[in-house]
Amino acid sequence: MNIHEFQAKDILRRYGVPIPPGEVARTADEAHAIATKIGKAVMVKAQVHAGGRGKAGGVKFCPTPDVAKEKATAILGMDIKGLTVEQVLVTEAADIGTEAYVGIIVDRATKKAVFMVSAAGGIDIEEVAATTPEKIKYHPVDARYGLRPYEAMQLGFFLYKDVKQAKAAANIMRQLYQAFVDAGCSLAEINPLVVTPTGEVIAVDAKMVIDDNELDRKPAIAALRDESSEAPSEVEARKANLTFIKLDGNVGCVVNGAGLAMATMDLVKYYGGEPANFLDIGGSSNPEKVVNALRIITADPNVKAILFNIFGGITRTDDVANGIVTATKANPLKVPIVIRLTGTNEEIAVKILQENGFSASSDMDEAVQRAVELAKGGK
Amino acid sequence: MAVFIDKNTKLIVQGITGRDGSFHAKQMMEYGTQVVGGVTPGKGGMKFEDKVPVFDTVEQAVQATGANASVIYVPPMGAADAIMEAAAAGVQLIVCITEGVPVLDMTVVRPFVIEKGARLLGPNCPGLITPGESKVGIIPGRICTPGPVGIVSRSGTLTYEIVYQLTRAGIGQTTCVGIGGDPINGTSFIDALEAFEKDPKTKAVCMMGEIGGTDEQEAAEFIKREMKKPVVGFIAGQTAPPGRRMGHAGAIISGSSGTAAEKIEAFKAAGMGVAARPKDFVDLIKARLA
Repeated sequence: MNIHEFQAKDILRRYGVPIPPGEVARTADEAHAIATKIGKAVMVKAQVHAGGRGKAGGVKFCPTPDVAKEKATAILGMDIKGLTVEQVLVTEAADIGTEAYVGIIVDRATKKAVFMVSAAGGIDIEEVAATTPEKIKYHPVDARYGLRPYEAMQLGFFLYKDVKQAKAAANIMRQLYQAFVDAGCSLAEINPLVVTPTGEVIAVDAKMVIDDNELDRKPAIAALRDESSEAPSEVEARKANLTFIKLDGNVGCVVNGAGLAMATMDLVKYYGGEPANFLDIGGSSNPEKVVNALRIITADPNVKAILFNIFGGITRTDDVANGIVTATKANPLKVPIVIRLTGTNEEIAVKILQENGFSASSDMDEAVQRAVELAKGGK
Repeated sequence: MAVFIDKNTKLIVQGITGRDGSFHAKQMMEYGTQVVGGVTPGKGGMKFEDKVPVFDTVEQAVQATGANASVIYVPPMGAADAIMEAAAAGVQLIVCITEGVPVLDMTVVRPFVIEKGARLLGPNCPGLITPGESKVGIIPGRICTPGPVGIVSRSGTLTYEIVYQLTRAGIGQTTCVGIGGDPINGTSFIDALEAFEKDPKTKAVCMMGEIGGTDEQEAAEFIKREMKKPVVGFIAGQTAPPGRRMGHAGAIISGSSGTAAEKIEAFKAAGMGVAARPKDFVDLIKARLA
């Protein structure tokens, strides 16, 4: 789960990370009021779950409250990578001397949380990583001990020669690590970590991504979710316990298991079709999940044929069959459907489907080819 | 012979009285797995299905039964502790089926399990099966048949699909191993491939990967360097949209790696057969067994 910059900053402040003051505004007048309260030049920053906000024109320097109001008017409602800006962060504009990068991420390769730090921070950090990897220091953390003070100091001295600045950075990294663990993050980063002309080390931008598996035991973090910043179909799918990603094709896919779902999409493409979505109904099934899945898929006007591919293990294929029957009785389908199912309770499922006028295949390739033909208008 | 489990494996089930645990304990017993005990705190002294003793702790279960393997069906927030409890009790093979385990829990669990000298499979995996001998986990027994092919996979139902197609074509399996798809897991592709290379009954291996990460590329390096047995690979997600960006850190640590094209290239460079679709495994494996 993504959270906004202002939410990440609120969390980090609680751990002592020095961050310039700021508040979030939903209207231009609110932005004006916050800028007046801060009493100095401010930055107005779009709060959306997308990178490259600055390059898209969603981050502006405002010397006065009137300019803050004007820029907020322009940014609010702006579209950044398909997301509408609903709120802006109005925050004191820092005096920037140098910009460093500090990030921590769960890494598949080392199977640990890994710190990455670089003195060459800022918006081009990915370019730095690609062209001058020696400018980035990687440090895997043993979760049993956390980030020890000496490790934090090593990283601090990698960033700054000045002892005071190295120590300040080391403190910030230990605070960041603790926040990363306590909030259940899969990623947390400060970019840039700034040294001001007077020598203070402060965090000017922050990002956190929360591991979805943590949300059940961290209600305060779960409450930070901003549904207005997600696609409505994906919000609906999550509430129905389905994993759904909308794509641009016309074959609507309902599959159990992520690997099989991806392989099904690949096969649709292999036979000359285009998948309309990724949809995983998950391991354990009940008819209601199938009803929800069909509702979400048929809401997409691009879908010209629906393909079910179910390999029953934990998932009972009769549950899926009952779901299809229930859903289509309530809302008759306007597009053709191809059903492939095999595995647990297959005989019962096939009988249920046949009694209700559906046919079922047990062969994946056959079903996919048929769905692709039908989506192209074939008979 | 087979890898990781065989007819002598003595298994306990953690969470045996739960909904999933009890259902799959029965299935495993019907398949012929030696289920020697179960663990549910507070239900010690009970008998599951009138014959399998239930204990309060893994330690008690291991002492009383001599179990050397455990399978875990406990809710996600308790899974990390269940794995550590099994490792601390001296269980050698721990299979965690539970889906949704917080990844930061695994950063603590993994070094603990390694220190105890145990092997962990999963979490979020379908387990493993040595056809005709033993099954630990949730892979449907009837789609498998004994034979010379080792299977290792990151996904669940996709594995079933491919095993089913092999079985229908008359190609049997030594052991099918589902390593799970979580970012931090116990057993890697390389661990399983190493075991198959050493197993005299395994003549060829099928490996099913997915987009994301570099596990498959590392496995391909290992195959090129260390394996004499033929391996056929498949990558799911060739048409999946690029994953959502995870800040700069995701891009910095993985660079451009993780695409299906890159993984398939690595497979080819390692001299592996590459299945374009699941059904292609059948012919590719037949050719390598001939």
